[in-house]
Amino acid sequence: MTSIDVSREQFRLSMLLYDTRYRSLTIQVVAMIALMSAAAWLVNNTVENLSALGKDFSFRFLGQRAGYDISQTLIPYTNDDTHARAALVGIVNTLLVAFVGCLLATAIGVTMGVLRLSRNWIVARLAAVYVDGFRNIPVLLWILATMAVITDTAPAPSAFRGDNATASMIFGSVAVTNRGVYVPWPIFGPGWQIVVGTFLLSVIAILVFGRWAKARQDATGQILPTFWIKLGLFVLPVLIADQIAGRPISLDYPELQRFNFEGGGFLDKSFIALTLALSLYTGAFIAEAVRAGIQAISRGQSEAAAALGLRSGRIMSLVILPQALRVIIPPLISQYLNLTKNSSLAIAVGYADVRATLGGITMNQTGRELECMLLLMGFYLILSLLISGTMNWYNARVALKER
Amino acid sequence: MTKIKAFIGPAVFLTFAAGAATAGTLGDVKGRDVLKCGVNTGFAGFAYPDSSGRWQGFDVAICRAVAAAVLGDQDKIEFVPTTGETRFTALTSGEIDVLPRNTTWTFTRDVDLKFTFAGVNYYDGQGFMVRKDLGVTSAKELDGATICVQTGTTTELNLADYFKTQGISYQPVPIQTPAEADQQFLGGACDAYTTDASQLATQRGTYPNPADYIILPEIISKEPLGPVVRQGDDEWADVVRWTYNALVAAEEYGVTKKNIDEMSSSENPEVRRLLGTEGDLGRMLGLDADWAKRAIAANGNYGEIFAETIGVGTPANIERGLNALWINGGLQYSPPFR
Repeated sequence: MTSIDVSREQFRLSMLLYDTRYRSLTIQVVAMIALMSAAAWLVNNTVENLSALGKDFSFRFLGQRAGYDISQTLIPYTNDDTHARAALVGIVNTLLVAFVGCLLATAIGVTMGVLRLSRNWIVARLAAVYVDGFRNIPVLLWILATMAVITDTAPAPSAFRGDNATASMIFGSVAVTNRGVYVPWPIFGPGWQIVVGTFLLSVIAILVFGRWAKARQDATGQILPTFWIKLGLFVLPVLIADQIAGRPISLDYPELQRFNFEGGGFLDKSFIALTLALSLYTGAFIAEAVRAGIQAISRGQSEAAAALGLRSGRIMSLVILPQALRVIIPPLISQYLNLTKNSSLAIAVGYADVRATLGGITMNQTGRELECMLLLMGFYLILSLLISGTMNWYNARVALKER
Repeated sequence: MTKIKAFIGPAVFLTFAAGAATAGTLGDVKGRDVLKCGVNTGFAGFAYPDSSGRWQGFDVAICRAVAAAVLGDQDKIEFVPTTGETRFTALTSGEIDVLPRNTTWTFTRDVDLKFTFAGVNYYDGQGFMVRKDLGVTSAKELDGATICVQTGTTTELNLADYFKTQGISYQPVPIQTPAEADQQFLGGACDAYTTDASQLATQRGTYPNPADYIILPEIISKEPLGPVVRQGDDEWADVVRWTYNALVAAEEYGVTKKNIDEMSSSENPEVRRLLGTEGDLGRMLGLDADWAKRAIAANGNYGEIFAETIGVGTPANIERGLNALWINGGLQYSPPFR
């Protein structure tokens, strides 16, 4: 028996470079130092240049009076409010575009993605033309083009005036003008709580009924006409409650005044142009994700489902789409993020998003470029992280459960 | 690792780039042999590229005079088109040397935004333009109207203030450039268009039927427009200020593009000092003796520039009004060259 003598090798400085055990550590330390000194230099440079210009770094301007008006305000705002409030108005406007845009883009994308796989040659080609047309032209151009189309094709409010008006309201209540769309808007009179409460109750009832019907189907195999029952639950109780409470909710119709339509609700054309263009553009990408997801499911799945006697609509909704979702969701997340970030192009059509209020007018009036840009970047970062966090959670839910 | 390296590269580059812009602007311009001039993106009469792509106009003439004075050639200019929103960032960051872009001189811009206004080349005021067939004769009748306004300007704030004091409401349509305003206003997407009266007049001059539009009588603000430079570089501010003053003084003493050579030997000592045949004013500015002569020779004196770009007979068709020389009852006045 011979014992092997393991002598501890003496550590030498050159081993930091030549010994693979230490080399990666050395490189990381050097890179870290370089990175931090670069960051320190950047910060120091900024501070010095700011002081050379005689500017300080402060967020006090957020508390000052804004003094400007905003075209679309979902929360109460006047020009006597602060810059912080104006920024908040912009944030709400950005969220509105992002929310409506994502919903619309998903609806368009799923429809177009499915249609692109249609066996009908014309339908499939049209969907392909849509996808390639929108995907391959910059979104800014689509936004500007949509805006130009609305401005140049829709009539001015004055065209609705007089005995021989050249334009008329759709159904006598909706006015499409080159300033935007004026629609009837609900007014909540006394007793509206009864109607809204009934509405919420019927939504809950629909969910409960859906679960019960599914459990019943699992147990007995019998299928109920759930769609019609749900529709009935959705509509009837509200109508009845409305009658009982004495019709508390009425509609306010827009009416043409001296310059504009007044009353009712107003969808600004910049909002319409931006949301529509962003949805159509992003929808093209989502359509491709949906098509890829569906094609990733092997044909055997749909053939097996057909062999069980399922109709093609049910094959799509019960067999293909639930599996395809696993493939679709990850690219869908990045499309939602893209749409949200692209909404900062709002300035091109004068939509008052956060980039236009905080990063535009406020920045210009107060001269606080650095502070405003940092706030903006922080806002978009948080919003994007929230969206991807939510979507990742949803993805984890639909992901394949491996046991 | 590659990720970290890829990050350090640009970061180091940026730090060096940011550290560079500290020398005096006059030295920078001479060293570069080109003047960077921030102008409007296209504004008939004041700053616009003509059919051959050469920048023309009342504001552009300031840049041409400064380039002629400093670099000896009025074409050694790099024009940087800026919008109402981007102009100040461009100036602060050193992207441009001077900003003669119908910018209003206000307290905040001068004091808080750290700029220096080198003079007032146009005394303006904010007005409203409407279609004649709208039947509006006063801005006070615009209750409930949709109004196009350039965003990021004093105009936007004046508009808010005016409607507030009148106790009437309006719907703002924010726009970026004069061209966008034309599109919206001519298309009927806004009832009224508000901006500086000079701009209203010049834009109306470019419309197919200028007579269909009227400018309302109310002038709701004072808008002294002038060339802007960064605060803290007094040497450069002096160059821009006195080049502009030279143009005004030249008009006062009858020095024109045509007679400038004869005037050099004028009997008037002030004219001789201005044109560099007496004294050494140029050297004090850090320039040569002929600086003002070249500035005036480039496009003429203030009056000649005004008449050629925006004066009566041009599409803009603007009277001198407040912008007449002080001896003619206006506000244009140059301190003495002494």
